[in-house]
Amino acid sequence: MILSKIFKNTLVVIVACLVLSACATKKEATIDSIGGQIQGDVYTGTEGVKYLADGVPDRVFFATNESILTTASRETLRAQAAWLRKNSDINVVLEGHADERGTREYNLALGERRANSAKDYLMTYGISSDRISVLSYGKERPIDSGSTPLAWSKNRRSVTVKAN
Amino acid sequence: MLIKKIIILSVLLILPTKVFALIEVDITRGNLNPLPLAVSPLSIDDKSKKSFEEILKKENIGSEISIIVENNLKISGLFNPLNKDAFLQAPDIANLKPRFEDWNLIKAQALITGKVTYVDEKLRVEFRLWDVLAAKEMMALAFTTVPSNWRRVGHIISDKVYERLTGEKGYFDTRIIYVAEEGPKTQRIKKLAIMDQDGFNNKFLTLGNELVLTPRFNPASQMVTYLSYFKNLPRVYLLDIETGTQEVVGDFPGMTFAPRFSPDGKKIIMSFAKDGKSDIYTMDLENRIVEKITNHPSIDTSPSYSPDGKYITFNSDRSGYQQIYVMKNDGSNVKRISFGKGLYGTPVWSPRGDLIAFTKLHKGKFYIGVMRTDGTGERLLTENYYQEAPSWSPNGRVLIFYRETKTDNKGEGFSAKLWSIDLTGYNERLVETPTDASDPSWSSLLSN
Repeated sequence: MILSKIFKNTLVVIVACLVLSACATKKEATIDSIGGQIQGDVYTGTEGVKYLADGVPDRVFFATNESILTTASRETLRAQAAWLRKNSDINVVLEGHADERGTREYNLALGERRANSAKDYLMTYGISSDRISVLSYGKERPIDSGSTPLAWSKNRRSVTVKAN
Repeated sequence: MLIKKIIILSVLLILPTKVFALIEVDITRGNLNPLPLAVSPLSIDDKSKKSFEEILKKENIGSEISIIVENNLKISGLFNPLNKDAFLQAPDIANLKPRFEDWNLIKAQALITGKVTYVDEKLRVEFRLWDVLAAKEMMALAFTTVPSNWRRVGHIISDKVYERLTGEKGYFDTRIIYVAEEGPKTQRIKKLAIMDQDGFNNKFLTLGNELVLTPRFNPASQMVTYLSYFKNLPRVYLLDIETGTQEVVGDFPGMTFAPRFSPDGKKIIMSFAKDGKSDIYTMDLENRIVEKITNHPSIDTSPSYSPDGKYITFNSDRSGYQQIYVMKNDGSNVKRISFGKGLYGTPVWSPRGDLIAFTKLHKGKFYIGVMRTDGTGERLLTENYYQEAPSWSPNGRVLIFYRETKTDNKGEGFSAKLWSIDLTGYNERLVETPTDASDPSWSSLLSN
């Protein structure tokens, strides 16, 4: 009897809350890997990439276990910074991600580190830290569900998402 | 506290004071010859049978309980419960005085008998463990509980038998908290779930509206700490599974994650990530004082206390890659202990204190392994495409972890399941769950 009461109580835990709207916006991965490319270990293709404005890609990619920005990533982030300077009312969330080949907790930290590395770069191009927040998803929200080096390279990313 | 009070355990007969030549099971090695034993259905009188049938909707609760015991002992890999069809003696007679020749004939070395009665709206069980070869009673116990606890009765009997035959505490009257998973890999829905160690009484504790990860039991109570993305803010939460109340742990301006309790259950240890660095913090649950334990520009995460609370093992990439470290509980004396080839993560200190279990990544394979607390004696127990996050059974003999499958070239076929393996590296088993599952955490024994 007492046990069943305990279990009934556990149901109280179920909390009404917001749907993760940020996740819902992410496109379901298409698995055709032919369009993709990798240079070194970093994805250089365009699959899944969206544009914040004309010529302003929303994401940068990383090498395995790394959070260093590549030349291409820095170019993308400079375009983002220019766009943010022009649109001073827009705030952004940088969503950091890792691939599935790492332990869950370490990947949460790695996603945070990647998003911060993008944040730091935006700040050096004049964007105030007040306008940028950081959110790590670790390996929880891959864009490509494949188990291949190409799929993993697409998932190691920091995505800039409009917050307002 | 509540749970512990439910079961009133009384010793019916004192154990024989001097035990010699009785059966013993060695659990320190892989057991290729599990001990053959007979679990006789518990006998039950007609009146009690009818009462339990009404209350529990079970035709014969005596035989149901014996099936629980049989199943637990079998899954431990140490025992081989014999087929009941071969039993020659009726349950009620066997419980009074077994005819040892009959049990010997079917090669049973040990015999469990018992009796269930319905007394004052309670379920009363007595059971006996017999050494068939020595023709002796090894143990006899009786206890009384509410009828709805009948599965736990089976687990407690299993624990007592296990303890009597191996000399170590059992782990059957326990629960597993884990993350139940559903949906496509790119949009996985995750819920907290809890079940008995044998997979029964599964309950979902959250609805799946927000992402939840890494639930862990308080070793001293039925509290749980976990990571929730409630309102899209990843934070460590505390959940009392008896009252259902939950709260955020601490007031951190950023992501907190990788929580675990201290062995006395009074503190939570976790990581806090800020500006690309993750450090380890503790929060005292009574006075809410937060202490910073590590201070390094690297990622420091997955902390786990030693059972005496004096040391902490954790995971850091301060050397350039993920490795395992041990330090004093104030953050001093940091020492790297993993030096093998590959990356090491998720260190978790054994409840016995002598070993640290971990996940290792080497050449594209993931391993669950153990090493001594100074890093020597590394032993890899199992290799797979992906597996991680071992959690110890409360007696430190079994590890539960999760394993994920590789997807095919269409990105399909993904699954995540719980598995268990003995410390010996033998007895690897799938732990059945109603949905896909990950991040298991084993509770302490609910009763002692």
